[in-house]
Amino acid sequence: MIKINITKINQERWNRFRANKRGYISLYLFSFLFVITLFSELIANDRPLLIYYDAQFYCPLVKEYAETQFGGEFEAPADYKDPYVIDLINKKGWMINPIIPFSYNTINYDLDGPAPSPPSRTNWLGTDDRGRDIVARLFYGFRISVLFGLTLTICSSAIGIIAGAVQGYYGGSIDIFGQRFIEIWSSLPTLFLLIILSSVVQPNFWWLLGITLMFGWMSLVGVVRAEFLRGRNFEYVTAARALGLSDAKIIFRHVLPNAMVASITFMPFILGGSITTLTSLDFLGFGLPVGSPSLGELLAQGKANMQAPWLGLSAFVVLSLMFSLLVFIGEGVRDAFDPRKVY
Amino acid sequence: MNNTILTIENLSISFKMGDRITRVVENVNLVLNKGETLALVGESGSGKTVTAMSVLRLLPESAVYPTGTITLDQEDCLTTSEQEIRNIRGNKVGVIFQQPMTSLNPLHRIGKQLKESIFLHQHVSHSEADKRALYWLKRVGLKDPSSKLSSFPHQLSGGERQRVMIAMALINEPDILIADEPTTALDVTVQAQILDLIRDLQEEMGMAILFITHDLTIVRRIADRVAVMKDGQIVETDVPEIIFNSPAHAYTRHLINSEPKGWPDPADEQDETLIVVENLKVWFPIQKGILRKTVDHVKAVDDISFTIKKGHTLGIVGESGSGKSTTGFAILKLNNCQGKILLGEHSLNDMDKDQIRQLRKRMQIIFQDPFGSLNPRMSVSRIIGEGLAIHHPGLTPDQEEKEIIIVMEKVGLDPDTRQRYPNEFSGGQHQRIAIARALILKPEFMVLDEPTSSLDRSVQFQVLELLKKLQKEFHLTYIFISHDLKVVKSLCHDIVVMKDGVIVETGDSDKIFSHPEHDYTRQLIATAFQGLPL
Repeated sequence: MIKINITKINQERWNRFRANKRGYISLYLFSFLFVITLFSELIANDRPLLIYYDAQFYCPLVKEYAETQFGGEFEAPADYKDPYVIDLINKKGWMINPIIPFSYNTINYDLDGPAPSPPSRTNWLGTDDRGRDIVARLFYGFRISVLFGLTLTICSSAIGIIAGAVQGYYGGSIDIFGQRFIEIWSSLPTLFLLIILSSVVQPNFWWLLGITLMFGWMSLVGVVRAEFLRGRNFEYVTAARALGLSDAKIIFRHVLPNAMVASITFMPFILGGSITTLTSLDFLGFGLPVGSPSLGELLAQGKANMQAPWLGLSAFVVLSLMFSLLVFIGEGVRDAFDPRKVY
Repeated sequence: MNNTILTIENLSISFKMGDRITRVVENVNLVLNKGETLALVGESGSGKTVTAMSVLRLLPESAVYPTGTITLDQEDCLTTSEQEIRNIRGNKVGVIFQQPMTSLNPLHRIGKQLKESIFLHQHVSHSEADKRALYWLKRVGLKDPSSKLSSFPHQLSGGERQRVMIAMALINEPDILIADEPTTALDVTVQAQILDLIRDLQEEMGMAILFITHDLTIVRRIADRVAVMKDGQIVETDVPEIIFNSPAHAYTRHLINSEPKGWPDPADEQDETLIVVENLKVWFPIQKGILRKTVDHVKAVDDISFTIKKGHTLGIVGESGSGKSTTGFAILKLNNCQGKILLGEHSLNDMDKDQIRQLRKRMQIIFQDPFGSLNPRMSVSRIIGEGLAIHHPGLTPDQEEKEIIIVMEKVGLDPDTRQRYPNEFSGGQHQRIAIARALILKPEFMVLDEPTSSLDRSVQFQVLELLKKLQKEFHLTYIFISHDLKVVKSLCHDIVVMKDGVIVETGDSDKIFSHPEHDYTRQLIATAFQGLPL
């Protein structure tokens, strides 16, 4: 029964979203890019995908092999970029390399000039100032940005919706204190806290997520709270109370669906905002640890190396593509959920 | 016939919705004579408002007129120029709408709005307009008219606002007044005053009135002629005596017969007492300052007591704001209250939330707005079955479905429609769904909060019959909250009359209706049954 309902209304919304060509194509493209970058290891890696050696298959992606496995001399892990190792393997078999034979942290020592080196046949978009391939870093950077953004969006929306729901549904002093708390909390300077924190601990993905979450969950509170303030006075909500439903059930079954439309409409924009947060922190140097593939860090390099425009340009193009797609998707979602068009 | 002032001939009106064209009015013929009151009667959706508004071309752009003419002073209102129709509006034809709150602009003072309509059609000086506005406020019977001139609409009561609307409609002394359910949104006693006012003004000014209503009592009181409308067609036009005494058309008979009448099924005086309410108070604090110190209370319900016997119906009667709904909610513990409420052996005010929740299956409520009380995102079977899952968690889905089907049949709904959504049903069906939702828990008593007041008379009648039938079958106890004494009379054994949060009179129904003691009760009864034998 529930399914019928959801599919019926949502089918209509989905049709309306698809009718918006720009939004639909953007969603398609964005999902494509995201899925592709999820498999970055298969596309950009300094290890071969598959090795056939001495009538046996090896998969260096999942397992470390010592050089001795391929008839080398050292017990150390094999370096598949070393011409000596390549020779050894090719003698008794073959290996398949990824399209881009660099990982995000692979340093290409075989450069024509000093790093950052310009685009070439091996490094399609050139290398950064440490000799790392930019295409590989863009792949991994896109992935980590979107993953960070998605996690932050989901977590902050969940907290924001719950906080807004509780404040709006119960009202009274819970609402007043909650609102005052949010006012004070949102006026805390996030950036300074991050700077202070980064001098105490080395921030990693989860630290950053936690801190941005701490100061970023407020975005949906207002919308959801307003919907709940309105919704709790609906007669069917009173009817549900008279039936003896618990508060939690009333909130989730009767009031929350009204607030979800507004929330979902905001989500693509929150996702964009989350990615911007990470990028700007990386740009300032307070973001992901040194060496992580990040678009913000690439931008910072572009600023530091004005003689190498491929650094800044490639980061700029990827970022603006990503944000444009997100905004287009957001517009499509907003129109699809427009309640004036439902009935 | 020189007497004729407005002729509607063969009028049809359609609305365009995308590619679909819906015809809402079909071949209507109406004649309005000078100085007479023509009542246009029909249920909601019968096209009576649309017909009247087409005289002034006040319908939205999507309206088209396939056939017909509307002649006012040798001029066809449907084809005349925009300029001319503006001259007709307000000058020759005045309109009063149903909602006095929303038909006045909340941002402007009363005086300014009145003067605006003077300046639109007459060339007078400001001081002259002031004088005239004041004169009209006096004439429509507003107390302290000079201070009302500088009031904002929200500072006036509903009745006062409707008086202002009448003043606005009549200030240019039109030949025709279109009154679109002008009293529906008002309390009964205020209703009577407004009707008297309209009638007095008509006598003085000799204008014709096109009175749109669904309330036959009003028709009886003021109409010279009656036109009955159904599904966009006029089925019968005649003088009230003939309409009420020997109606020709089956639909008219149906309308007249659906007036609530008769008495409730007799209840046994020996029945045990189910509900005892003692010294019930619902006070809302008025808080001021940053620390929100409570400075005073709004006493919505102040110290009331009554008892209800099992299987009886207690009517709580009063005007809006008298605290009758608040009382109903308080008994169900849906708001905070002080005092003693006993349901059988349980004292509700001494129980915590969880214990009350357990008791909820024994007490249920039906609301006034049948559509608003159903979640539009849920199918009917989910709405009805919602309470089952809480109070009878052991049921399998099949058993639940069976229960739902049984209860739907009990309330007269087709069980095959249970997978549909509320917006696919009519108002009367919505109320049946709401009753089914309450009934499935097998409650002992139900609070009925104006369950029929937003329904058409004939549907009202059916719902009332259903409630009576269910009461008999399940030995239900009702608290029936209403402002409509006719309905109360046909359903209630005992009556509590409330005014401003206190009980002014209480007793059994016979006694209250035959020997009302309090002035207020007498006034209520007089307005509700005027012109009717008790």
